[in-house]
Amino acid sequence: MAVAETKNLTTLQVKRFKPSDNPTNTYLTDEKGLWAWMTTVDHKKIGLMYLGAVAFFFALAGFLALALRTELWTPAKTFIEADTYNQLFTLHGAMMVFFVLVPSIPAALGNFVLPMQLGAKDVAFPRLNLASFYIYVFGAIFTFISLANNGFDTGWTFYTPYSSDANSAGVIWVTLGVFILGFSSILTGTNFITTIHKLRAPGITWGRLPLNIWALYATSIIQVLATPVLAITILLLSMENIMDIGIFDPALGGDPVLYQHFFWFYSHPAVYIMIVPGFGIISEVITTFSKKHIFGYWAIALSSLAIAFIGFLVWGHHMFTSGQSSVATTVFSFLTFLVGIPTGIKILNWVATLYKGSIDMKTPMLYVFVFLFLFTIGGFTGITLGALSVDIHLHDTYYVVAHFHYVMMGGTLMALLAGLHYWWPKMTGKMYNETLGRISAVLIFIGFNTTFLPQFVMGAQGMPRRYYNYIDQFTIFHQTSTIGSYILGVAFLIILYNLMKSLINGEKAPANPWNSRGLEWQATSPPDFHNFDHTPVIIHGPYDYHQPMEEFQLGLAVSHNGHGDHHEVTTDETEKA
Amino acid sequence: MANHSATHPAHVQHHFVDSDQQFESAKLGMWVFLVNEILFFGGLFCAYIVFRAWYPELFTQAALELNKLWGGVNTIVLIGSSLTVAMAIRSAQKNQTKGLRINLLITIALACVFMVIKYFEYEHKLHLGIAPGSFWNPTPEILHELSDPRANIFFGIYYMMTGVHGLHVLVGIGLMIWLYIRAGKGHFNSEYYTPVEITGLYWHLVDLIWIFLFPLLYLIE
Ligand code: HEM
Ligand SMILES: [Cu+2]
Repeated sequence: MAVAETKNLTTLQVKRFKPSDNPTNTYLTDEKGLWAWMTTVDHKKIGLMYLGAVAFFFALAGFLALALRTELWTPAKTFIEADTYNQLFTLHGAMMVFFVLVPSIPAALGNFVLPMQLGAKDVAFPRLNLASFYIYVFGAIFTFISLANNGFDTGWTFYTPYSSDANSAGVIWVTLGVFILGFSSILTGTNFITTIHKLRAPGITWGRLPLNIWALYATSIIQVLATPVLAITILLLSMENIMDIGIFDPALGGDPVLYQHFFWFYSHPAVYIMIVPGFGIISEVITTFSKKHIFGYWAIALSSLAIAFIGFLVWGHHMFTSGQSSVATTVFSFLTFLVGIPTGIKILNWVATLYKGSIDMKTPMLYVFVFLFLFTIGGFTGITLGALSVDIHLHDTYYVVAHFHYVMMGGTLMALLAGLHYWWPKMTGKMYNETLGRISAVLIFIGFNTTFLPQFVMGAQGMPRRYYNYIDQFTIFHQTSTIGSYILGVAFLIILYNLMKSLINGEKAPANPWNSRGLEWQATSPPDFHNFDHTPVIIHGPYDYHQPMEEFQLGLAVSHNGHGDHHEVTTDETEKA
Repeated sequence: MANHSATHPAHVQHHFVDSDQQFESAKLGMWVFLVNEILFFGGLFCAYIVFRAWYPELFTQAALELNKLWGGVNTIVLIGSSLTVAMAIRSAQKNQTKGLRINLLITIALACVFMVIKYFEYEHKLHLGIAPGSFWNPTPEILHELSDPRANIFFGIYYMMTGVHGLHVLVGIGLMIWLYIRAGKGHFNSEYYTPVEITGLYWHLVDLIWIFLFPLLYLIE
């Protein structure tokens, strides 16, 4: 039985635990030294290690993006060769998707906050959690080996027969790397599902789960159902490369379109692996900084699951021009429209939450606004692309590039930045400079639109994606876009500076700087090694801003280690709420 | 793990409230993992279905090269091992360490028999040049029976499916050896037999997948 779901409830004596603003013992002081970090099974430290790794890959892939944009300053060669260009955009895409966006929110931020929001001491399988981190690192190493072996220039989608042609040593390594990476994703998903089902503190019913948890739950389900299909696809592709087994290679009787089906059966759901956890962060931040109950709790919670489900039925919209049957394309087009509904429901609910809230424009909230703006554009252009006849014209143009940057960077990355700034005081115990934080958010907004808005226009006018040269008429768009990318680069440097500076001489963070009602804020900043030194008991939902703060800091005095059957009971007050 | 109190038995990890919670979590985790395994194999089954729909004669022709007898024996062997692993769990639940170890040993032995038979099947095929992909180099007689130039696709799928399944059997053997050793140290009893239970679940899945592979590959007409 899950915690606090048992019938026959008895009254429970709870006591208030007000978190100290000056904790002496935290997870950061608990065990020190490199070895202690490398062998830790603490979800908070593992989350931080993931965060570091993700930031590293983001910097690397972002640097490549700047190189690509610089090359596109002139219609012909600017400073790199065409072949190098192909390799760079492939590397940029593959790293951003597999090494940054997929693990970013769940494995870095999610790892840190999920157990805390559940009032648990850790995830269900702490050692698997550490293993997943090392598997991630191991997969990354393969990618670097690939670079030393001719690299790869197939695009992040690895389409056959191009990727299965001769001279593909680099492709073999990188695909094996992605294969390995998949396991890390699967382990995280399995861990989260189990933790959410089995490790909730007393009083956390499904109706009181933070929406961040619902989002991570939906994400984990997609991870568990979709990633293995990618794994087998990639394995088959590797075998195709290593010994021509002929499944995807048309020259041997195989079918390259089958590869595309397999690939998108994973990779469309994968775009939801990237965005849905972002939705969770938005719900948390938007309520905290509006000081108001979320509008449409169940609508937001269940639409995540709806997206997870419908997301599995739309992969064919990537293959409208690949020779799919016309019946299939029509059906896929229709289903693609459907997926816009739960996404729209979320946006409307968030905006409704703002209504009559007392809005506090702190840095995380600014990022939420950036998110709402950019992601909505990204979503709408997705619907445009899902329209069959329009897509025939727009497919493989810069319009698609702009679309997915609006959703992936404008959506996932903005949510990540919102979450990072939101939980930073909790993770590090330090406050960053608010003014610099706001400046960076505004700069990102400007830089982002300067970079990607022109891409919609030139895409619609026929500029194909992944091209090294272009005709003169597109110069102005490309140059605007390049300037925008530099603005983005500067903005990210400011964020880096601001956060790093806070570590060195930032102000000390109080336990709950935003006055949030979320359970993770009722621990000290940074938290104790065991998150809470008591067993939290929950009597209100996480967004009940109309209830007094004292009622969110309740718990049982017994330490986690010694407790007996507390999960069998829950408070009586529960029922009145 | 630090500071266990009297109410916290040694096998319960520090972040669990009690033994039950730990057991339930481990079981749920394993089920989720099995779902994931099913989708992993699902991709292969899907490839199988697609190509069989396209080249039906090829499949019936090529399947004749597989040895139904040994495939059948292997099916029985694996089903037997599923029984013994279930008996191992039963023994653990009833505190019978000796029974647990014996049942584990029999399961390991059966799994090894499976692998040995599989080895001879592979060996025989490779000998005839029925090898995957670019190693495809059949002898003239085989070429006569298997006139279809795309025969290598069937065997590509055959080797992928049985190969990946074989790897799972090997992992299972490894896990059960580990259980056997731990059982010897007296780690399991009716209070705590989680690893035995979840390894058993895994092993049933490995068995189940073979039950699908066998007719799909060996018995088509
Ligand atoms: C309202 C929801 C969405 C709809 C209806 C939608 C629709 C589409 C369609 C139809 C395409 C194919 C365009 C083409 O290649 O011709 C596409 C491409 C793409 N979308 Fe979306 N999308 C949505 C949301 C998202 C989200 C949330 C993400 C990621 C976070 C995303 C990432 C991508 C990517 C990466 C591609 C390009 C893949 C490639 O060819 O490299 N989309 N989208
Ligand atoms: Cu898609």
